Order: sequence, then C-alpha cells, then structure tokens
Amino acid sequence: MAETNTATTVEFELVSPQKLVVSEPVEMVVVPGAEGDIGVLPGHSPLIATVRPGVIDIHEAGKVKERIFVGGGFAEVSPERCTVLAEEATAVGDIDRAAAETRLSDAKQVLEGADEGATAEAERQIAIAEGLLAAANGASAGN
Amino acid sequence: MANLKDLKIRIDSVKSTQKITSAMKMVAAAKLRRAQESVEAARPYAVRMERMLGSLAQSVGGTEGAPKLLAGTGNDQTHLLVAFTADRGLCGGFNGSIVRQTRTMANELKAAGKTVKIFCVGRKGHDVLKREFADEIIEEIQGLGRRSVEYHEAAGVAQSITKLFEDEAFDICTIIFNRFQSAMTQIVTPLQLIPFEPAVSDEAEEETADEGPKAVYIFEPEEDEILAELLPRNLAVQIFQALLESSASEHGARMTAMDSATRNAGDMINDLTLTYNRTRQAFITKELIEIISGAEAL
Repeated sequence: MAETNTATTVEFELVSPQKLVVSEPVEMVVVPGAEGDIGVLPGHSPLIATVRPGVIDIHEAGKVKERIFVGGGFAEVSPERCTVLAEEATAVGDIDRAAAETRLSDAKQVLEGADEGATAEAERQIAIAEGLLAAANGASAGN
Repeated sequence: MANLKDLKIRIDSVKSTQKITSAMKMVAAAKLRRAQESVEAARPYAVRMERMLGSLAQSVGGTEGAPKLLAGTGNDQTHLLVAFTADRGLCGGFNGSIVRQTRTMANELKAAGKTVKIFCVGRKGHDVLKREFADEIIEEIQGLGRRSVEYHEAAGVAQSITKLFEDEAFDICTIIFNRFQSAMTQIVTPLQLIPFEPAVSDEAEEETADEGPKAVYIFEPEEDEILAELLPRNLAVQIFQALLESSASEHGARMTAMDSATRNAGDMINDLTLTYNRTRQAFITKELIEIISGAEAL
C-alpha cells in the first residue's frame, strides 16, 4: 500500500446492507454520482458523494467488464480505495424487467395515495424503479 | 412404594418433553446458521458506513448548524432506551439479560434526575418491562424478523425513532441489544445512536493530530446535504445490524438452552428408569417371597 501513487488499480468495494457485493482491485470504475457520473482512477482525490440510482461500470483494459445497478447510496473515494455503500445492488444482466415494471407501477400507486410525509419515499422508489428499467433497456440495447 | 404405573407415565412424559426440546434445538441450530451468515454478511456495510460518517463528522462536527441527529439537541434531559428482545421465550437468559440491563440503566438515569422513555422491540421485553415501567413505555413493535430480518423492517423502526426525535420526544437515544459472539455467548451492548458518536479511539485521534489534517474530502453535493441523507440511513443501518445481531443471538441462546434441557431430560430419564427397574425388581422379589413362604407353611 506504500506505493499507491504508482499503483495501476484502485480497491473497489461495493457493499449493500445484506452483503459485500464486490471487493476487488479494478483499473477504473464509473459511479453514478448525484451530480454527475464520477470516474475513479487510482490516485483520485478524497471524495464523498451521494449516489443516484444508476449503473456502476467496472472497466478493465479499456473495456467495461461488469455492470451493476445500484439503487442509490453513498460513495467514498480515497487515492487507493473506492467504497460504494448501496441500498441495493443487482448485476445488470440479472435485472428482472417484469419485476421492475411492477415495482414502478406499485410505487406510482403509493405516490398517488401518499400523504405529505410518505411522498419523498415513494418518489425515491419510483426513481429506483425507473433506473432499474433504464438499466435493463440499456443492457438489451447493448447486446 | 412408588407405583410402577405412575413411574411409567412420568418416564413417558419426560421422554416426550425431550423430543420437543431436541427438535427445538435442531430448529434453532438451523436458524442460527442462517442468521449468523447474514450478520457476518451485513457487518462490512455497517463498518464502512460508520467510517464514512466518522470522516464526515470530523469535518462538519463542531460547526454551528450541524444536523441535530449528529450534534444532539444540546440537552440530555430525556433519554430513550430501545430494548431489543425476542418475541418468544425458551431461550435461556437472552431476554432476561436485556431486561435487566434496561432496568438498571433506567433506574440509574432516573436517580440522576433524567426522564426515561422506553421503546420495546420484541414481545418478551414488553411483557416484563410493562409491569415496572408502564408509564415510560412509549412505543412497542412486535413480530420483527419472523423468517429473517429484512432491511425495510429496520428502516421502519428507524423511521419511528426519527419521528419521535423530530417531535422532540427525547434528547438521547440508546439501543440495548445482544451482540452475537458465539452460540454460547451473547454480549449485552448499549449503543448510543442519537446524537451520533463517532467511534474514534483515542489513538486514532492522536494520530490525526500528529499528521495534521489528513484527508481533506471533496463533497458532492455539500457536506450538510450528504449528512442529511447519511444520518437517517446510518440510523436504519445500525438498527438493522442490531436486529440481525439480536436474532442470531436469540437462536444461539435458544440452541444452548435447548441443548442443556435435552441433556437434563436424558439424565432424568436415566434416574427414573433406574427407580422403575429397582421397584419392579423389589416387587418381583416380594411376590416370590410370598409364594415361597406360602408353600413352606403347608
């Protein structure tokens, strides 16, 4: 760890409340930050950011190696490490479109019937479901 | 002399008790394995969340206008104790130790002139605590984690606590739960949730003092916006963790308790069988003596 400046990889960790999803050294990872995507390479300045529902891309040898959907959360970046605390995480290939659509319509229903306090939560759920669908569409378009 | 038939009935009843306890032990062991796995899988998240919050708190803490969840209300008059117990009994000292700790803490706080409020998670704790602290219990939740503990259940608990906090029902919130050590040992752990106390050891503090400002973080969006999202999330995560720990501890405690109950039942069956055989032997001998002495008298 002493030669972090010359390292070509950054320790990437993706954690959900249920488990440690990914923990491996990667060349570059692109995190969907709340205010724009953040590309993390080794030696990145320390950063703490909120993460919007979206897809994390893990790059290797200039190509996207793995795509994982996260339902919002937080990212902490240091020169040698990138930790993402995600509320939920699913590999893009495993997204169940039907389930995502049901979730979206459920959330919309909740929003209609929601009182003041619950609106934010319902909107958050909608954002997650929409993100899931977009990720699923992107995956099928890419293939 | 003990009646042979009575003895037989008792042996049978102890045997069926033993069957139940050993079945409960098996069930608890299976559940324990699953619960233990999920506790261990969930630990990294809580640890990292705490680390992140710690570094945030360092840069924001002390400034005016820091969120109340972090800085507190500035008072320490009203304490909320959240006691995590199980819904079911027959698990050794599991519920008892939580109740005892809660009672001690509540009495100490009262003696210091503070107001105490109690939030019961789990039926057993409520059953016992309501006898003594009927007026202090402000809320209770039952039936959490029937199958397995779900994150949204913890988020629900966190939400009711946050709501109480926003309504200024309390100043300081402490949760009391069993931390899972092994199937044999559970450690009763009080943990202060509000205001958030970064778990920075003295050593770490000295270290940062030596090196000066170590890591200056860039925040995106602003610190306070991140904090406003992170703090309630942290609350839910800590509660989720506590629920998981508590459920693993419960199954561990029940397994141990049922194991010793099964063993005790085995000992008892042995004792009773011995008595039964002795009595039967004595009975036969007596009959023989009667027959022989009857024959001799002729």
